[in-house]
Amino acid sequence: MIKRLSRCIREYKWAAILSPLCMIGEVSMEVLIPLVMADLYDYGIVMQNMNTVVTKSVQLIILALLSLSFGVASATFASKAGTGFAKNLRHDMFYRVQNFSFSNIDKFSTASIVTRLTSDVANLQMTFQMMIRMAIRSPMMLILAMFSSMRISVKLSLIFLAALPILIIALVVLTPTVFKIFDRAFKTYDRLNNVVQENIHGVRVVKSFVREEKETEKFTSISGSIYNDFSKAERILALNSPIMQFCVYACMIAISWFGANMVVASGNNPDLGLTTGELSSLFTYTTQILSSFMMFSMIFVMLTMSRTPLKRCYEILVEQPDLTSPTDICVTEVPDGSIDFENVGFRYNPNALHRTLKEVELHIPSGSTVGIIGGTGSSKSTLVQLIPRLYDVSEGTLKVGGIDVRKYDLNVLRDNVAMVLQKNELFSGTIKDNLRWGNPDATDEELIHACKLACAHDFIIAFPEGYDHKIEQGGTNVSGGQKQRLCIARALLKKPKILILDDSTSAVDTRTDALIRQAFRDEIPGTTKLIIAQRISSIQDADMIVVMENGYIHAAGTHEELLASSPIYQEVYYSQQKGAME
Amino acid sequence: MPPVKFSKDGRKARDPKKTLLRLLSYMKNYIPHLLAVMVCIVVSAIAQTRGSQNIGNLVDDYILPMVASGSRDFEPLVKYLVGIAAIFGAGMLASFLQQYLMVPVGQGTQKVIRDEMFTKMQRLPLRYFDSNTAGNIMSRYTSDIDTLRQMVSQSIPQTFSSIITLVVVFIAMVRASWILTIVTMFTVAGIMFVTVTVVGKAGKYFIGQQKSLGALNGYVEEMINGQKVVKVFTHEEICKEEFDKLNNELCHNAYTAGRLSNMMGPINNNLGYVQYSILAIVGGLLVVSSGGELLELGDLMTFMLLSRTFNQPISQVSNQINSIVMALAGAERVFDLMDEPAEVDEGYVTLVNANIDEAGNITESEKRTGRWAWKHPHKAAGTVTYTELKGDIVMDMVDFAYVPEKTVLQDITLYAKPGQKIAFVGATGAGKTTITNLINRFYDIADGKIRYDGININKIKKADLRRSLGVVLQETNLFTGTVMDNIRYGKLDATDEECIHAAKLANAHDFIQRLPKGYDTELTNNGASLSQGQRQLIAIARAAVADPPVMILDEATSSIDTRTEKLVQDGMDALMHGRTVFVIAHRLSTIMNSDCIMVLDHGRIIERGNHDDLIAQKGTYYQLYTGAFELE
Repeated sequence: MIKRLSRCIREYKWAAILSPLCMIGEVSMEVLIPLVMADLYDYGIVMQNMNTVVTKSVQLIILALLSLSFGVASATFASKAGTGFAKNLRHDMFYRVQNFSFSNIDKFSTASIVTRLTSDVANLQMTFQMMIRMAIRSPMMLILAMFSSMRISVKLSLIFLAALPILIIALVVLTPTVFKIFDRAFKTYDRLNNVVQENIHGVRVVKSFVREEKETEKFTSISGSIYNDFSKAERILALNSPIMQFCVYACMIAISWFGANMVVASGNNPDLGLTTGELSSLFTYTTQILSSFMMFSMIFVMLTMSRTPLKRCYEILVEQPDLTSPTDICVTEVPDGSIDFENVGFRYNPNALHRTLKEVELHIPSGSTVGIIGGTGSSKSTLVQLIPRLYDVSEGTLKVGGIDVRKYDLNVLRDNVAMVLQKNELFSGTIKDNLRWGNPDATDEELIHACKLACAHDFIIAFPEGYDHKIEQGGTNVSGGQKQRLCIARALLKKPKILILDDSTSAVDTRTDALIRQAFRDEIPGTTKLIIAQRISSIQDADMIVVMENGYIHAAGTHEELLASSPIYQEVYYSQQKGAME
Repeated sequence: MPPVKFSKDGRKARDPKKTLLRLLSYMKNYIPHLLAVMVCIVVSAIAQTRGSQNIGNLVDDYILPMVASGSRDFEPLVKYLVGIAAIFGAGMLASFLQQYLMVPVGQGTQKVIRDEMFTKMQRLPLRYFDSNTAGNIMSRYTSDIDTLRQMVSQSIPQTFSSIITLVVVFIAMVRASWILTIVTMFTVAGIMFVTVTVVGKAGKYFIGQQKSLGALNGYVEEMINGQKVVKVFTHEEICKEEFDKLNNELCHNAYTAGRLSNMMGPINNNLGYVQYSILAIVGGLLVVSSGGELLELGDLMTFMLLSRTFNQPISQVSNQINSIVMALAGAERVFDLMDEPAEVDEGYVTLVNANIDEAGNITESEKRTGRWAWKHPHKAAGTVTYTELKGDIVMDMVDFAYVPEKTVLQDITLYAKPGQKIAFVGATGAGKTTITNLINRFYDIADGKIRYDGININKIKKADLRRSLGVVLQETNLFTGTVMDNIRYGKLDATDEECIHAAKLANAHDFIQRLPKGYDTELTNNGASLSQGQRQLIAIARAAVADPPVMILDEATSSIDTRTEKLVQDGMDALMHGRTVFVIAHRLSTIMNSDCIMVLDHGRIIERGNHDDLIAQKGTYYQLYTGAFELE
């Protein structure tokens, strides 16, 4: 897992290496400095030798400036490596998602993919930066400071060793307990946010059913458990700093006592033993050693906390797109728009007992118009989504232009099969931008032509900015019918061999609907057209109408044939025609 | 994992002082805690300072005298160390208590504010939700509240503690040497200058970083949500390009911002050493030149250590002030929500269970009787009258506007008798949904009257009014929980049988049974695992279980195929027999059997009558029906 993620460092490898190296430089300076300070004190101030004071001070300033440069360099490299790593990680994940098939996307759900690409990556970036800075700094500091204090006095250094077990025990006991509580609390947090979100989106429902109090109760109870969990965790964490202080203070007192004894014994003579300057350096090391140890525990906590985002990002990176272009020779041209379903079966999940499509046998000649109707859940959409290979068939074969769809290069296939999805999406940008999704090189004339075909031209030019009218995210500022017609125009611009409309004119009135169909007949006669509709009037004049029921093809034929033979078709037809006949 | 906060690029509060005071007022329940915390802070600050002075005292008062005199009497030293140990012990205890006591203050304040905000949100009128996006409201619960908690439990105590430390250290420094104190002031000013410069520069890039992060996240969200369209149009490569552009931009900004903020540590630290050297030289000169008269050796040593303790709280305060400013902006957004005027409800007529005898006398009942009455207290006379709930709705010359200058409805008059089915037809924006929103008082009318069973609806308590109206909306919202929970939402004390019966009426029973766990199937994410049509069926069942006398169906069956719709319709017709139904539907087939069809255009009723009348009129309805007109 870590290995895969560390591949995201790539061109920032040098920064990732240099940052800890500079950090080592900085830490070494920081450890050297107390030594110089001790000399400055012992040989300079105590001996009242101004020359030494000045030389040592200058040395100190030089060391400090060196340390500063190392620090700045390390900060720079760390930031470069950290942001670079995040950039590459996001890049890899986004590219991977672009290769996902529909079923990959269904598996993760879009909301979860968005979270992984945003907050999870941000979390990992923080962890990564900390790793290359702090995870180097604290052990280095620990080792160097320990070493230096040993040089001053081995005996006194032993005091630190006595303090460490206390800290270790505290860490081992406290951290996992706290972590477990936090982990639970964050999950509760998600639930709380979920309640808020549902209440904002469903405010009309809550108000119409007068459920404000019930929802508030739900909220306060979750908020109460967050309070309890966080309080518990923070109370335990409150032990952290006194324990640390205990160790620092205990070491200080012990060093004061033994140190004082030793200085007195040596007569404060550097040649005979411990001096007051050295003693003061030892105090500095005490803080350095113990605080770097505390840092260790923080790193540990952060690492544990980053496990979840790590796993979540990794899952995206290793998810295998289950639909890919064939690796060997792939067909790069779609000969014509004929479609053949040969005993096709489909299930969304290989382990599912229930098949979504069963024994579909359907042959559609190129250039014909096919209408598909059927009840909610009769798998109409599933049927047509197999054609551009948004999903792969589970059984049987599906051929486009007489060739198995799995033999085509995916992009070639999809460029030739235009589909207007039931859940239309427009993107933020101008109408032109959105239309050019169909064909990036389309001229203005082509855009207008397509829009005229889709009966969208008139309302577009009614906007003050016409084709440059800005569409808001999700296309919220155009009506449902307008959106549907824009989506149709967008699909037309692809000049496809097969055009699929999945309930795409439901919000368009019957007259416009008829005009669009007329335009299809006149302008793109060679294109195979598949139209899923609720209204019989939308498909009545199709060359063939397919009636779907529970994943089966219940009947297929022309309007007249079905009206004569299919009870379902008759029922739908008469329920819609009642009244119009009068 | 705490949600990553995308702060709103460093916006500042309008009135920080007022916001701060208001925030502090939430902490007034914790005054004993806070007082204790303050004492603890002072104690631990003293202990800390004492710790820094320790070495000086030790050297000056004990070690050097002993070295000089050759004495081996350690007793005074022992006494001194015991004293120090006591101070340290007190410091430790104080710092533990400080953190321990702050836990309920921080968490408690957070909980109170959060709960208060939610409770308030539940009382806000729909207008509020119209004019604020979900993301905008949501962020107050996530990032704003979180910065608030941080401020209450960390920033404020830490700032206080830093200031106390500063004062204590400063006093100690002046006592050790006033000359060196002056020197220190200069060096500190220098360090602060550098810090402020770097912080200021970092701030600029930080804003840039937040902006490009927002842009990138927005892009990711939009593209991932539209991923299926991206695939259908083989638009992947273009998406990747655009993404890379935004991603690189973010990387650049984040790099500079991160670099500068990473630098702060080394800068503060090392400039501290430089300051130390300067003090050593100046101090050394003073000691040497004056022979200890101006400055004693031990004092110098103490001073040098103190000077290092002095720098830390200064940089801490400047950091904390930054986050306090940000938190106050967040607090203000939270308070803004709390200060929004709540839905007003001066209604006093309530809905009660009733027993109605053959003579038509109505008596109130404790238990559910299946019949309802409006309880109408008359203050002046001190009497109470009861009116049976029938579902008779009258609108009389109603005008309405969402914004004052833009009239949405004008002169709407309509009569809906119990048992009638009233349909609204018209283009998007003609005002169909608005009429129904007025009946349940999501919005209040500007002019005219709406009467419900003869009572002006302004006199009816909103909750009771809404309880008597069942609503199914086009946008279906389901809640996290089982299918059964979602149906029961309509009537909290409904038995399983009642819920299943309602599901059967809505023709939802069959598909629910086919779900992996039937009625116990968990729905999450607004029922994302179901089709739009199935969600609508559940929403209809939810309204059916409530069994209301008046039902409003706003495009309730728009995503259901016509055959299923027919079945649902039959079920609904059976359920609503003898009750009033308002229907808004796109497909004219659904409304043809209505008792009255209102054709709306630009907020006015332009045609009314039943299907046959309207067809005969050959007006707009006729054109709609024959498909000559667009219904959008």
